[in-house]
Amino acid sequence: MRNDAITRDQAKIMGRFDITKSLVAKLHKDEAVIGGIGHTNWDLWASGRRPQNFYMLGSMGLAVPIAMGVALAQPDRKIFALEGDGSVLMQLGALATVANQRVPNLCIIIMDNGIYQITGGQVTATGQGADIVAIARGAGIVQAEWAQDETHFAALMDQALATPGPMLVGVRTDGQKPFGQTERDPPQLRDRFMRGLGVKK
Amino acid sequence: MSAWWEIVRDTLKRSEVKLVTYVPDNVLNPLIAAIHADDYFNAFVCTREEEAVGIVAGAWMGGMRGVVMMQTSGFATLPNVLASLAVPYQIPVLMVVSERGTLGEFNIGQAMVARTMRPALDAMGIEHHTLTRLDEVEFIVERSIRQAVTTQAPVCLILSPMLTGGKAP
Repeated sequence: MRNDAITRDQAKIMGRFDITKSLVAKLHKDEAVIGGIGHTNWDLWASGRRPQNFYMLGSMGLAVPIAMGVALAQPDRKIFALEGDGSVLMQLGALATVANQRVPNLCIIIMDNGIYQITGGQVTATGQGADIVAIARGAGIVQAEWAQDETHFAALMDQALATPGPMLVGVRTDGQKPFGQTERDPPQLRDRFMRGLGVKK
Repeated sequence: MSAWWEIVRDTLKRSEVKLVTYVPDNVLNPLIAAIHADDYFNAFVCTREEEAVGIVAGAWMGGMRGVVMMQTSGFATLPNVLASLAVPYQIPVLMVVSERGTLGEFNIGQAMVARTMRPALDAMGIEHHTLTRLDEVEFIVERSIRQAVTTQAPVCLILSPMLTGGKAP
């Protein structure tokens, strides 16, 4: 971790869709991405369908545990969990489990707009001052950092792809509407994902 | 004859269930200890039962079989994740629940929570079996895992105090 790591207040507010596209553009080794519910997931969908993406439709807060399970089952593949601030706040204990199990092939990205955007923009705990990166460090995830701006986010993703984790990256995002909406066909979403991971032929 | 926890451990192993996520419980203690003592398993504690289900669901999609262990009160926190992840996505999450709240329960909170478990499982259409006899443990565990995997459906195995002795006050 950098010595000059910044706080939530110092991080630039960026576009969620742009950030998601820049992550997806870097995935050349069939890395898996688990999209938590809400607009985070919808922008992942809009960034281009990949069979290695898993789209949740409920079970709010479980993007990190699901990604951790995939990571344990497939240690040679890098797994990304894309989660919103409202969602991760429901399952903060999972950050401690990730840290304690030292899952090396897991990178967690938190899209933090400080609101429950999908339910009408009510303010979350992060919108009132809770700092997810500081919480992650406190839980034991040593490599936890705010993305300062788009360039820094790209550098952090290069680091995540090249070095062992676990890692958590906080991204401050705006309230822009998502650019698509996931299909709602769970068995098909799951089947496609398992084929994308080579579990089903 | 082996103890119930030895039979459960050995049957999980034969059924290639490698990943064990749990929230601890007194009655499950010998089983958890036996699993930790065996290198075959990757076993660890989770902070909540939902989290443990999420990990096992992800591992299944990645090609690894797992089981979630908890007590009755922990199961009561699960209907949302089961009804929105395991059931609709057709993920065979295997659950082992040690039954509190009945046959000599001393804590009224446990007794009331326990009454929600089977109705919740039935409402979600989740297969469940209650293990009461030592000579039936292997058959029920082995067949339940087989059916869960082949029909892509979660299953819940309830360990009755008649099998485990339960928890004394």
